[in-house]
Amino acid sequence: MDDLRCVGVTKSFGSFTAVKEVSFGIPGGSFFSILGPSGCGKTTLMRMIAGFEKPDRGDIRIKDQSVLKRPPNRRNVKMVFQQLALFPMMSVGENIAYGLRCRGKPKEQIRGKVTSILDRIGLPGVEDKKISQLSGGQKQRIAIARCMVLDPDVLLLDEPLGALDLKLREHMKIELKQLQHQFRTTFLYITHDQSEALVMSDAVAVMNGGRFEQIGPPKELYDNPVSSFVAGFVGDSNRWTGKLELVADGVARVALGGGDTVLATIAARDSIGAADVEVFVRPEAIRIGPGGDGATLSGTVDSLLFNGANSRILVRTALGQLVEVADQVGVRAVSEGDAVQISWPRDRALCFPMRAT
Amino acid sequence: MRSDSGKLALILFMAPFILWIVLLIVLPQLGIGYVSLREKLGPRQYTFGLGNYIDFLMEPIYWNTLLRTAWMSILVTALALLVGFPVAYYIARIAGQRSRSALLLFCLIPLWVSDLVRAFGWIVLLRESGLISGALQWMGLVSGPVEMLYNDATVVIGLVYTVVLFMIVPLYSTLDGMDEVLLEAGYNLGGSSFTVFRRIIVPYAMPGVVAGCIITFMLTAGSYLTPILLGGKSSSWFTEQIYNQFITRYNWEAGATFGVILLGFTSLAIWLGLRLTGQSLATTVARS
Repeated sequence: MDDLRCVGVTKSFGSFTAVKEVSFGIPGGSFFSILGPSGCGKTTLMRMIAGFEKPDRGDIRIKDQSVLKRPPNRRNVKMVFQQLALFPMMSVGENIAYGLRCRGKPKEQIRGKVTSILDRIGLPGVEDKKISQLSGGQKQRIAIARCMVLDPDVLLLDEPLGALDLKLREHMKIELKQLQHQFRTTFLYITHDQSEALVMSDAVAVMNGGRFEQIGPPKELYDNPVSSFVAGFVGDSNRWTGKLELVADGVARVALGGGDTVLATIAARDSIGAADVEVFVRPEAIRIGPGGDGATLSGTVDSLLFNGANSRILVRTALGQLVEVADQVGVRAVSEGDAVQISWPRDRALCFPMRAT
Repeated sequence: MRSDSGKLALILFMAPFILWIVLLIVLPQLGIGYVSLREKLGPRQYTFGLGNYIDFLMEPIYWNTLLRTAWMSILVTALALLVGFPVAYYIARIAGQRSRSALLLFCLIPLWVSDLVRAFGWIVLLRESGLISGALQWMGLVSGPVEMLYNDATVVIGLVYTVVLFMIVPLYSTLDGMDEVLLEAGYNLGGSSFTVFRRIIVPYAMPGVVAGCIITFMLTAGSYLTPILLGGKSSSWFTEQIYNQFITRYNWEAGATFGVILLGFTSLAIWLGLRLTGQSLATTVARS
């Protein structure tokens, strides 16, 4: 049974449709992310699940019960807000106890629960501190504890790491995943940062223009994107546009212009009818050196970008396009201005019809 | 050298403020305090003592007037809070961004007219031959003219009307600073509308509530025109006693004593209020 299920959820603001026919289910105890650029409708979707917005159509079911008629305070879905929204006039302990007091639990029980949840998140003994005395990462954990103490069916997290600095964000990513593992609660995580979604999630939904483009485990999204949007948004990719020349056995021959022709696997769900197509090749699939027919381009080395394990060689092709090539540290066999050939395994080039924009 | 020029700048910047405080507030108060301790024995014969204060305590009509003024000021403050909070909440949180400044301006309009004229406005409405009395007679609801002036209810209403703006402004500024997301979090964690109001909105607005109450209480307790004009001779407002001692009776010693007592009494009331709400003057003034 799914902890949370959305069926054909649609929401419009005036003539603008923010969320279109979104359907998905999240199995109990899993970490599910919705990944999309800002303005794609992911926050609206989350606010509908929390009850702050009402969907125009569709159903939202929590533990197999429709919650559309329940106001926000009667849904057992708790939310960690982007701004955290800790109550500044209450102490840490009172913040965590707030939800329990709303439920009318006896005082003794509340005190015990607050103490034990603070132990679990690794901040014992901070009950009497003021919110302003906490660091960013501590506030983050208190905001999560304030929800988790209520044993929610689903915990919603709205870009909770957005306000933290990079180092802390990397650390909190791992910590969040561990917390989720520890509590075994279903997490629904919203982000525009693909690395957050890929690192933490059991499944990711990529959202664009109010729709889900693809739902799947992170590796599947990365290796087998079903649309050009997913291919371009999840992970780094080189993107070339060209004209479709020939299709045979699921492989397209694409003319990039200037006489260059590449072969690419057709990965789109629908058959390609349009003549304009896009070809995506990941930087780490490309190496310096000649390769097979239809999987080689020539150019000159434009620049070398050092970034540790993420170092890149930028190669300018005959057409003037820059191609990112992953560079293992220390394996730099080329220098700027060299004429090189770049190649890739043929099945790593994916072909999609050009997106209508 | 640097610290010297810094000191000079500080002195220059502070000079107008210090002059204002010393010349217009500290010195007159010291003078009043001095006069209040002076007992008149005969023409130009004085001695010092607490005689004036003892006189005040011995005369029930004096301290009854003070207590009455205090109670009515508290009532006015409470009513102003009751009326002002929804107004401030509406302007700060419900009204659209564009209508906000217009609404605040509407609240300020009464201040463009002097206290005196506004009090006469009430008189025009409420007197025996006034608009409301006339309208009631015209509708046949009453048979003869009705006098609605010169009673406590009218004084209280008139005072609430005069001071409510000074309640709305500090409330507005604290409520305006509250992030909507706090309320959403309050609901999300299971709070009902009442819980969110009591546990989130009110504590958040507390500095504004206390600041507004201090200002309205001080203004009410020290007001003179409105109680006199709307309450007439029966208003028994303490400022009226002070005026009478200074002007009518030419008894500066008693007037000064009453002035010191009023200051001490209102300060005590505010200190008590701050203690009861757990606020300090510093946080209250800083937040609103």
